Amino acid sequence: MKRRDFIQLSGMGLGSLMLPLSSLGNPVAAEALLDVPLLVGEKKQLADVALNTARSGGATYADVRIGRYLNQFLNTRETRVQNIVNTESFGVGIRVINKGTWGFASTNDVTADGIKKATEKALAIAKANSKFQKEPVKLAPVQGYGEVTWKTPIQKNAFEVPVSEKVELLLSANAAAQKGGASFASSNLFQVNEQKYFASTDGSYIDQDIHRIWPTFTVSMIDRASGKFKTRDAMSAPMGMGYEYLIPKAEDKLSTPTGMILYRNSYDIIEDAVTAAKQAKEMITAKSVEPGKYDLVLEPNHLGLTIHESVGHPLELDRILGYEANYAGTSFASIEKLKSGTFNYGSKQVNIFADKTQAGSLGAVGFDDEGVKAKRWDLIKDGILVNFEAIRDQVHMLGQNESHGCCYAQSWSDVQFQRMPNVSLAPGKDPYSIDQMIKDVEKGIYIAGRGSYSIDQQRYNFQFGGTVFYEIKDGKIAGMLNDVAYQSNTQEFWNSCVKICDEKDYRLFGSFFDGKGQPSQVSAVSHGSSTARFNGVNVINTGRTI
Amino acid sequence: MAILSKEDAKKILEKVISFSKADGIEANLNGNDGGNIRYARNSVSTSGEDSNVSLGVQSYYGKKSGAATINEFDDASLEKVVRRAEELARLAPENPEFQEPLGPQTYGAEPKTFIESTAKITPDYRAQAAADSINPASAKDITAAGYLEDSRGFNSMMNSKGLFAYNKSTSVDFTVTMRSSDGTGSGWVARNFNDVSKLNTGEASKIAIDKALQSRNAKAIEPGKYTVILEPNAASDLISLMLNMNARQADEGRSFLSKKGGGTKLGEKIVDERVTIYTDPWNEEVPTANWTGGGLARKKMDLIKDGVVSNLIYDRYWASQKNVEATPFPGNRIMLGGNASIEDMIKDTKKGVLVTRFWYIRAVDPQTLLYTGLTRDSTFYIENGKIKHPIKNFRFNESPIIMLNNLETLGKPMRVASGGGPGGGGASLIPAMKIRDFTFSSLSDAV
Repeated sequence: MKRRDFIQLSGMGLGSLMLPLSSLGNPVAAEALLDVPLLVGEKKQLADVALNTARSGGATYADVRIGRYLNQFLNTRETRVQNIVNTESFGVGIRVINKGTWGFASTNDVTADGIKKATEKALAIAKANSKFQKEPVKLAPVQGYGEVTWKTPIQKNAFEVPVSEKVELLLSANAAAQKGGASFASSNLFQVNEQKYFASTDGSYIDQDIHRIWPTFTVSMIDRASGKFKTRDAMSAPMGMGYEYLIPKAEDKLSTPTGMILYRNSYDIIEDAVTAAKQAKEMITAKSVEPGKYDLVLEPNHLGLTIHESVGHPLELDRILGYEANYAGTSFASIEKLKSGTFNYGSKQVNIFADKTQAGSLGAVGFDDEGVKAKRWDLIKDGILVNFEAIRDQVHMLGQNESHGCCYAQSWSDVQFQRMPNVSLAPGKDPYSIDQMIKDVEKGIYIAGRGSYSIDQQRYNFQFGGTVFYEIKDGKIAGMLNDVAYQSNTQEFWNSCVKICDEKDYRLFGSFFDGKGQPSQVSAVSHGSSTARFNGVNVINTGRTI
Repeated sequence: MAILSKEDAKKILEKVISFSKADGIEANLNGNDGGNIRYARNSVSTSGEDSNVSLGVQSYYGKKSGAATINEFDDASLEKVVRRAEELARLAPENPEFQEPLGPQTYGAEPKTFIESTAKITPDYRAQAAADSINPASAKDITAAGYLEDSRGFNSMMNSKGLFAYNKSTSVDFTVTMRSSDGTGSGWVARNFNDVSKLNTGEASKIAIDKALQSRNAKAIEPGKYTVILEPNAASDLISLMLNMNARQADEGRSFLSKKGGGTKLGEKIVDERVTIYTDPWNEEVPTANWTGGGLARKKMDLIKDGVVSNLIYDRYWASQKNVEATPFPGNRIMLGGNASIEDMIKDTKKGVLVTRFWYIRAVDPQTLLYTGLTRDSTFYIENGKIKHPIKNFRFNESPIIMLNNLETLGKPMRVASGGGPGGGGASLIPAMKIRDFTFSSLSDAV
């Protein structure tokens, strides 16, 4: 049996049936992921059926999304493939405003008849729900763009790369980690392609082809004698890229004073697996941190999650208004704080922006899921809160008349709602490298990679761990640390930011499965930053004995 | 279509099996009808229904297997999905961990998992349930945000070794957060049942409204080690984290159940001797299917008995490696409690904290099962047997293992949703509990 022979493999055992596939789609063969079920012209005709049915049914607005959502997930462990999952989900979602109220319906019957029926259902739901509506929906205006297309600027479609080649790479990473002394190694590759066609009564017909990829692994080291075990996860980032992300380029490698190589727009999974084994081994005997105040030097693949939780989420307008109060929570960031124009979210060094156009990012699109053109806008300027994240039916509550373009649905069958755009920390303006930053720190900790993270429902108090921790003593790296977590308050933390490395250090972190809403929907979002320094942050020791 | 009877499911599955040309075949036929309503700012925000039936087929040749699914059930479609699974099985590499399907099993009586009244929930019922929650809130100038989700479904399976299993079930899950108009108070309540006649969203909402009013203007007290009284949902949030008692991870040395020098903690006392947690598909409060997704018969089984680890979960592959019987994965968890009410526990407390629920719980150290998270939606300070005043929320850093070694009192068990809410991993029966020296490490300003 040659590996090449299972290119078409769609499932390797009961495991594949156990996955929550209904939310992803139906399992298909790998080659089916490259099918083209409908041409653009056909989609336009079908979309017009929905728009015309909506108009004649009394809708004042309607949009239709014909979506084909493809996933391929590869999971390996040591020398074996555990699971290969290919899924496809194809259908249409129609949203209308009828009697001033939203109605939504979806169907996988992508025919003129199926779409007409679903549109009628959406009209009926809107009518029924209008009884509960207190104020009619008010949409910020958007221009009709006519027939346009947008595609993630990938160089190599990951779905065109044979499964065998991808599996070979993952197994090689596992082998490299085990050769380096790891007790166990598992690796995964997630690939997503959203083919979505959007049309609305505003006169837009938008065809988009969105690609995302995430290679990752966990390397474990077990010391039977002491009973200790440690893990080190990959330093990759999920990206809005094609398979080119997995073809390492020298110019994307960044050296650090710890000896560890970090990655920008391409990733060397095998090199990182070797480093992971070495670090996991070192962690077994690394010293436990002395709790207290430290200056933290936070690497972008770590800081991204802090940005996500303490800036990205609290600035979502629907949270601020209370729509997520029963689940994700509300926010400390109020409309009053924004309107004051004086709320100092962070120090003067802190400039944080939202950007749906950022190259290589998970959130990059041409247009959002309600036909608004992607753009960039400031959230925090010179430390002051200047804007939120909003969509067409809520932005007027800020006194603004242009949507920020961050509306998203995880599939055709889910209704679109406000999701976090890419939110990033601008790099420092003056030349400043990670080497210089470490040299300037007397008593500190360098933290790289994502770890444990938890924040309250209004986004004040948080606690973050990381993947690896290095002690900084008198400007030098002084070995690895264990049991590190830092606790802070969002405003206090961002005001303790004293230095940010320059743009040469800038790179993206990503969250591939960010959950929100009831029923819950996932979205993918990136956060860029350069390494940044935060002074006097409270570090706790998480070591315990049971 | 979504709920097939046992006979109808059996007919389809028999046909599927009859099309097989492989060494063997196993098929799972499942369906679900679900509905939900969501509200916020005292107004309904979204509502919907979904319906889904799907057939999954796994065919195998030796240790090579392939799987395919379909949601059409005419003869031609059934044959197509079998041929597809066989084609994929032929192309697959050998999987050294592959286990042949089980032969016929004895499942015992059918648990009462399906309740007709829950299966008959309508959009009108959901709208009324939301109104019953919103109206008393509006009357007291409180803002309600809630979610109700219900489902009815069936699971069935058959294989070429003669195994057939069927179960149908219902469930309803309701949560609501009530916030005071000045933004300084917040209350929450959760209810989970398989019988909707036990659900009264109005009554449940009143508890959350009262808490929202009582928790206004909370005072800050110093973080540190406190005696805590955890309501059943709060207790369950932490207890559920220790119940993934995977044998393979423990044997491999990467679990809190691994032992220094090798081996596992099976048979060892890890928590207070008053802690007994077991699973029982036939429990009347939290009934669950009497078979697992792979067809293994579930049974009444101790997980922790008198503080001692009495079973680890061996999947069929790992059981074959270790020469032990495979363990059916539990469908519910039941923790024995006592007779004390929360009021009794408060009366008995000199100085302590009453916790309604926890939030954003994340693993900090898998070795010690240390978790962090925060209290949320009403936390109160207790002094000399009485609730003294609301307090600001705390962040905790605690391990359920350490916590259950610091057990003071167990209260009455209550049905709670496992896996953190609707659509999660079934239900558990967990008591309120009083714990000493619970570690709160910092304060949060969140309401």
